[in-house]
Amino acid sequence: MADASYPEDLKYHPEHDWARIDGDVATFGITWFAQDALGEVVFFDAPEVGATVTKDESYAEVESVKAVSDVIAPLSGEVVEVNPALEDSPESINESSYEDGWMVKVRLSDPSQVDQLLDQAAYVASLD
Amino acid sequence: MSTTENTTGRGTKDVHIGDDSAIAREAVLPAAGGSDPRPLAAPTTSVNPIQRDHATTIFEKGVEGRRAFVAPATGVPEVALDEILPAKLRRTTPARLPQVTEPELVRHYVRLSRRNFDLDTGFYPLGSCTMKYNPRLHERVGALPGHSRLHPFQTQDHAQGALEVMYGLERQLAEVSGLPHVCLQPSAGSHGELAGVLLARAYHEARGENRRKVLTPDTAHGTNPATVTMAGLEVVKVATNPDGGVDIDDLRAKADDDVALIMLTNPNTLGIFDPNIEEIASIVHGVGGVLYYDGANLNAIMGITRPGDMGFDIVHFNLHKSFTQPHGGGGPGSGPIAVSDRIAPYVPVPVIRREELAPANGAAAEHRFELISDPADLPGGVDGGEPGSRSIGKLRGFQGNYGVFVRCYAYILSLGGSGLKDASEVAVLNANYLLAKLEELGVREHLPLAFGTRCMHEFVISGGPMKRDLGIKTLDLAKRLLDHGFHPPTVYFPLLVEEALLIEPVETEARETLDAFAEALAEILREAAEDPTIAQNAPYSTPVRRLDEAGAAKKPRIRQAIA
Amino acid sequence: MTRYTTATDADREAMLAAVGVASIDELLAEQIPQALLLDRPLDIPEGLSEQEVNAELGRLAAKNTSAEDEVTFLGAGMYDHYVPSIIDMLLGRSEFLTPYTPYQPEVSQGGLQVMFEYQTAISELTALPVSNASVYEGPSAVAAAAYLAKLVNSKTGIVVSAGVHPHTIQTLETLAVGYGSTVTVVPLKDGVTDLDAWSAAVDGDTSAAILQQPNFLGAVEDVQALSDAAKDDSPAVVIGAYDPITLGVLAPPGETDVDVAVGEGQTLGNRLDFGGPSFGFFAAREAFLRRMPGRIAGETVDVDGRRGFVLTLQTREQHIRREKATSNICTSQALNALAGVVYLGWLGREGLPELANLLVQRTHYARTTLAAVDGVELLHDQPVVREFALRLPGVDVPQLVAYVQDHGVNPGLALSRTHAGVHDDGLLVALTEQRTKEQIDELARLVGEAIQSQRSGTTDAAARTEVSA
Repeated sequence: MADASYPEDLKYHPEHDWARIDGDVATFGITWFAQDALGEVVFFDAPEVGATVTKDESYAEVESVKAVSDVIAPLSGEVVEVNPALEDSPESINESSYEDGWMVKVRLSDPSQVDQLLDQAAYVASLD
Repeated sequence: MSTTENTTGRGTKDVHIGDDSAIAREAVLPAAGGSDPRPLAAPTTSVNPIQRDHATTIFEKGVEGRRAFVAPATGVPEVALDEILPAKLRRTTPARLPQVTEPELVRHYVRLSRRNFDLDTGFYPLGSCTMKYNPRLHERVGALPGHSRLHPFQTQDHAQGALEVMYGLERQLAEVSGLPHVCLQPSAGSHGELAGVLLARAYHEARGENRRKVLTPDTAHGTNPATVTMAGLEVVKVATNPDGGVDIDDLRAKADDDVALIMLTNPNTLGIFDPNIEEIASIVHGVGGVLYYDGANLNAIMGITRPGDMGFDIVHFNLHKSFTQPHGGGGPGSGPIAVSDRIAPYVPVPVIRREELAPANGAAAEHRFELISDPADLPGGVDGGEPGSRSIGKLRGFQGNYGVFVRCYAYILSLGGSGLKDASEVAVLNANYLLAKLEELGVREHLPLAFGTRCMHEFVISGGPMKRDLGIKTLDLAKRLLDHGFHPPTVYFPLLVEEALLIEPVETEARETLDAFAEALAEILREAAEDPTIAQNAPYSTPVRRLDEAGAAKKPRIRQAIA
Repeated sequence: MTRYTTATDADREAMLAAVGVASIDELLAEQIPQALLLDRPLDIPEGLSEQEVNAELGRLAAKNTSAEDEVTFLGAGMYDHYVPSIIDMLLGRSEFLTPYTPYQPEVSQGGLQVMFEYQTAISELTALPVSNASVYEGPSAVAAAAYLAKLVNSKTGIVVSAGVHPHTIQTLETLAVGYGSTVTVVPLKDGVTDLDAWSAAVDGDTSAAILQQPNFLGAVEDVQALSDAAKDDSPAVVIGAYDPITLGVLAPPGETDVDVAVGEGQTLGNRLDFGGPSFGFFAAREAFLRRMPGRIAGETVDVDGRRGFVLTLQTREQHIRREKATSNICTSQALNALAGVVYLGWLGREGLPELANLLVQRTHYARTTLAAVDGVELLHDQPVVREFALRLPGVDVPQLVAYVQDHGVNPGLALSRTHAGVHDDGLLVALTEQRTKEQIDELARLVGEAIQSQRSGTTDAAARTEVSA
């Protein structure tokens, strides 16, 4: 498992989710802190492409052997892509939380919500 | 997903069967705790003989043409199958079941049995599970053909003995619970819970109320919230106070006229008898709610105090816990419920009644037991208010797990009322003695009691300080206990205690066993202080060592590939 | 002190001293409010010696008429099959009888491997790829399958054939209240599910479409036709309740588009036990794996690479997912499922079809022989495997049952007990390999005699039946 890291180019949600903003599409995943707390991920229960996700609400589940966690959407929109590699390699969520372990891409319904997210420094400060 | 991979990499012909005769009984698992203080295997020592055995399934054994079963001759004039069962309805290829002889079958399963730890072999202080001795008398009487070969649709005149057992057990359980009416039907505790929540729902709905909330403490067994969802109601969690009981202020805040019921275990899963139980009952009754008692911990209170007297309306019993039905590696169980008068009309059918028969010409009075499935057949019919008159219906086939009833009835006859009380008293004494012993040996310095100073029949200690001070987690401690020949306690439950160990020593365990268990815990802590890696890599002396559970969950292989 | 409680008076004193209290009463009074302490002994008689309890349970057993005491043709969900001797021996072993659920896999490999083998056997039997390690019993297994269907498609209609066991339909109706579902019963036509009514009942709101094979009246359903009809324009999960023994000859659910196959496992090596304990089996399409209720064993390796087994996919279960669990089940029926897998291994690949064929042949003979008796008709003429239904027009069937039982034979179930007003003159007759040609002939003779005696108005049988049924 990689060491703790929180890239500066991402936006963060207090429920330990990150978003990478690219125009009106954002990529979502969970932070290093979240995957560390969960332990080895064995299953990612993904939403369907086309599903609507709502900021601050659960849109998927991640499972370790003895725990289940809701994954909270940092922003609202419609799922346009689901990471297909997680079906066979859910451990990417542990090993590469910000790259290979991304979960979904979402076309944002309200890009202004981005302003409500934390930047890297604020998120890291919230962990203490 | 691959469910069918054969990881042995072998065909069925060269499967290693192993040399059974070379394996002494003692070599299979560590000896029972306290009986054989032989040195434990160090991390680097070799494994015991059966571990060298590669696990092979019954489907990997045997060869084409072998069989155990020989069918009797049909003995009737045979008719071509096509004439009586059209081909389109028939199976074309047989199920690929094993092809083995009876001797192979017996050896396979006897060898498998030796890879289990069991209660007859050693101490099993699994909290919340009440692993008490299972008297062998019960297996004998349960196997009597009059019980075991009795068909559930037998006409009632030919099943009076069975109905008498059930009626008698109902009366006994009613007395133990302090509630007047009992239904034996539910198959296990969780099934009893489902019955209970549906009963509470039916009770409220009959009064024109559509209450949705079910209060459950955060210490509750997982079956409680799961049951609530299956019954179509909504879980509302109630916090625990610093003494381990229900947080009364939180309860008051959440108790409103939308509360259908509260589900409580008392003593709770921390082993603590909630001293505020009467106040809790009055708060919930005050808002019109029903009180449900999860009987998983009944072994603490038999003959001492009764759920009915505490104010509960519905209780479930786990006959496989307090009443000695063997656990069977995960069932069968049985989960009868007892209910108050106001809940009784809704109980599942069939109900058993005892009918007094008019004595014939000076003969002694006789009676007959009757099983009534249709509420209309009750005295007064559906409006008569008798138990079952407004029944919620059936929860399963037939009358319940009768084979379990026979065993538990035998147990209660054996102990009697005072014996049941003695069993609970000694269960409480054993738990408190073990707690004192852990204090005496310094174990509680690293594994402190999570709440309070005393306990009922079980207690929770926290592995938090041990983890910080010695570098071993509760899981490591549990695995190292296996090398000492003890089954570990329940671990990581209840959830609100960090690194929890829930220990229930039960009344059938001798003081020497408790001493040996306490010594083993102390020894593991001593060992960890010197070298935590020993516990971290334990166990060493078991048929297999720590297993890759993550791998099993990622790519589930849940059946054998068959050629 | 009872004979199972270990503490002597001296032990108690020493232990109380270690705890620091003078008496057990003090220990309890410290924790339980005075007002709640029971101030009298339990009103349960004093305990008995082992031999006295043994005698009492023997006395009660002797008051029952078991399949040991009469030749029984009773079935209707549970059947008097022969239980091989090795099952008694294996189930009596402490290592299988007395452990808890395998929470510590390192010392539970025996039980876990049994679960794995059991799951394999059930998958083979049903031709469905995933099986759990057992649920309680037959009817509640159907209700558990209906809950899975609800989790899968979020619909609320449960459509069930009238050919499903009445206890199953009653169980569904009870639990549907909790599921927020409604149950619609589709009638039979000529002894099998009315295909037109079934097609009409299953629609876009149907969550589960439930059939039984063979159905309660013994008739073999055309399952493929029912599955096809249920899946036409409906999200319905097709659930089949099966008698596993009949899968030795009948098309398996996995080959007839059934999505979830469940059933009563009693016939697989378990005794009648007046209705339980037995086990329910539960197998499904692979897509439903993560919605399955109950325990599942999976294969893995230990740190040294040795093959081993663990409980897997536990995040489905109540102890982890709590209010979002796929079921509330905890304890299942492990020991009974062990009997099931040992029994299937004992029958073996060739034996199961042979046994099923034996049942088909003897059942055909019994049906033909009984139908030839004056006053007896077939209730339906559909194909059957091990059970069939008769009509005895004008006959008081409970009274006939009493008459035949008085002669040492139990002729089967008077259908008035389960289908009052519908099949009042019906009799359901079941066969196992334990019922011989001679016993069948004797049954036919007694049934004929009973009918004649009713027609001639013999009074003693009539009087005797007053308290019967």
